Amino acid sequence: MHAPINPFQHRRTKSRTAEKVVFWMIRLGTYAVLAAAACIFLNIASKGGKVVFKSTPPFVNVPFLTEKPQTLYVFDYEGKKREMSDTDFRAFKKSKNISDIPAASYAYSAGGIFPCIVGTVLLVAGSMLIALVLGVSSAIYLSEYGQQGRILIMIRLAIMNLAGVPSIVFGLFGFGMFVIFFKWNVSLMAGWFTLAFMVLPVIITASEEALKSVPQGFREGSLALGATKWQAIRTNVLPYALPGILTSSILGIARVAGETAPIMFTAAYVVRDEMPWQGVQMLHPSTWGSFFFQGVTALPYHIYVVSSKIPQNEYTERVQYGSAFVFLFVVMMITLGSILLRNKFRSRYKW
Amino acid sequence: MDAAIPESTPRTPQSTPIAVPGAAIEIENVDFFYNDYQALHQVNLNLPPNLVTAFIGPSGCGKTTLLRCLNRMNDLIPGARVGKGEIRIHGTDINSPEVDVIELRKRIGMVFQKSNPFPKSIYDNVVYGLKIQGRKNRDQLDEVVEKSLRAAALWDEVKDRLHESGLGLSGGQQQRLCIARAIAVEPEIILMDEPCSALDPIATAKVEELIFELKKQYTIVIVTHNMQQAGRCSDHTAFFYLGRLIEFGKTEKIFTNPVQKHTEEYITGRFG
Repeated sequence: MHAPINPFQHRRTKSRTAEKVVFWMIRLGTYAVLAAAACIFLNIASKGGKVVFKSTPPFVNVPFLTEKPQTLYVFDYEGKKREMSDTDFRAFKKSKNISDIPAASYAYSAGGIFPCIVGTVLLVAGSMLIALVLGVSSAIYLSEYGQQGRILIMIRLAIMNLAGVPSIVFGLFGFGMFVIFFKWNVSLMAGWFTLAFMVLPVIITASEEALKSVPQGFREGSLALGATKWQAIRTNVLPYALPGILTSSILGIARVAGETAPIMFTAAYVVRDEMPWQGVQMLHPSTWGSFFFQGVTALPYHIYVVSSKIPQNEYTERVQYGSAFVFLFVVMMITLGSILLRNKFRSRYKW
Repeated sequence: MDAAIPESTPRTPQSTPIAVPGAAIEIENVDFFYNDYQALHQVNLNLPPNLVTAFIGPSGCGKTTLLRCLNRMNDLIPGARVGKGEIRIHGTDINSPEVDVIELRKRIGMVFQKSNPFPKSIYDNVVYGLKIQGRKNRDQLDEVVEKSLRAAALWDEVKDRLHESGLGLSGGQQQRLCIARAIAVEPEIILMDEPCSALDPIATAKVEELIFELKKQYTIVIVTHNMQQAGRCSDHTAFFYLGRLIEFGKTEKIFTNPVQKHTEEYITGRFG
């Protein structure tokens, strides 16, 4: 008794080959994207890691992360080549009682990037808060309260056009509006609003989609029980749209953290020694406001400055890659926080 | 004219609806339009209180439209409007500008065709209507939850898992949960839009039993495709066809000796 003939055999048809080809093209496309990303990340991680991490405890280059940028002086003394930051150099000269030692100087290559880290974190936090408040409100208006008609179509068109505006134009708009017209000068407030407006289209469109995806049955069920429209939205629609809204904020964070042009004119200085909170005295509430009107330094702008405004050499390379690495790390941490928050809401408001 | 609030009504929080006994619905000469399409023509109907009325008729005849008019859920549909005529509950035209639609909906409960329990816990589902009225007292809420779930014949099945999600219940249980949610706010009228169409026969039997119990306290209007159900559950029946009310009367009479030929043809299954 021989085995029955398998009627379902594999057959090499045209459509099967076509599928294989397409599938491989798709796969290679994805691999190309991953390869490009890997090139960038691995390059920065390997060169930046050398600056940020040490082989001795505490394994992290703490001065790099906690000090202000300073000028590096490289000089020969008693046959040895030394590198020192500005303050150390002056102390050294004083201790040896020499008024001047010839030294090559490299701007920004000593000290650390602490003010830049602080500036970036503050800018991201503030602008995302403003963008989420304005963006979610607009999304709720567009999807729940607005009368469907021509006006709504125009509003949506305007928002989409906003997404196409170049970031430098946003910077100039922020400069004209917030820095000059509102008289806020170069400050956190000006930077926050400029960045918020820049990221608003992303937040609004994604939040609107999230709200639309909540089933209509929830709204009808709430209203039939005698809820006002806002009660129905607040208790039965908005919580279930939160994961989608937070996803949009993740995209927004990545964008806001990395933008240089908008903050160039509105919030960032090339170098600034004071922290924003240094004008604030806890016991005098009238000084608390000064926190918001301080300018800051920010990581993307700092990377731009050390990459293009000063000559390239081995000393400046350290700062460049170190800053880039720290920047990627900061953005990753903020994004991770957002993802964790979103997952928490996803499990709490499952539907 | 509104009925005067009886002196003996206990003081209630601001947003609890003012209780008035004896609900009656008068539908007088009502036309209804979806944009330019006329869905209801000259409907005249008086629904008696504390009884079950069934709306029957083939698909598209306007029965769900009329049902949704009663608690103004059609307001959610752009372009939908009552053309002519009045719908009066307690003698007040519910479409007049003096009527707050939120107050109206607090006294009319609705159960939808596709059960829509909220993705909250069973407890939170039942107290939802009370929480939005501002009732916070935990003991009172617990009491209401037990009372409503018992009235919906669901208490024994869920009393140990009140804090689990409402979505984890079976279809029939979900629909009974929606009924419990609707009666927790103590409405006067309950509107049911084909409540059993998605349920199996046993769950359907349970819901029908429930309707029989509930009519002692509430006025019930039920839209149904299932004529046997209309025959079993209702005291009065209204037959609609193409947006017009063809016949209205006591259920026994409609099903055994209808006046209109159309009614007889529908009941005996010759169309629809």
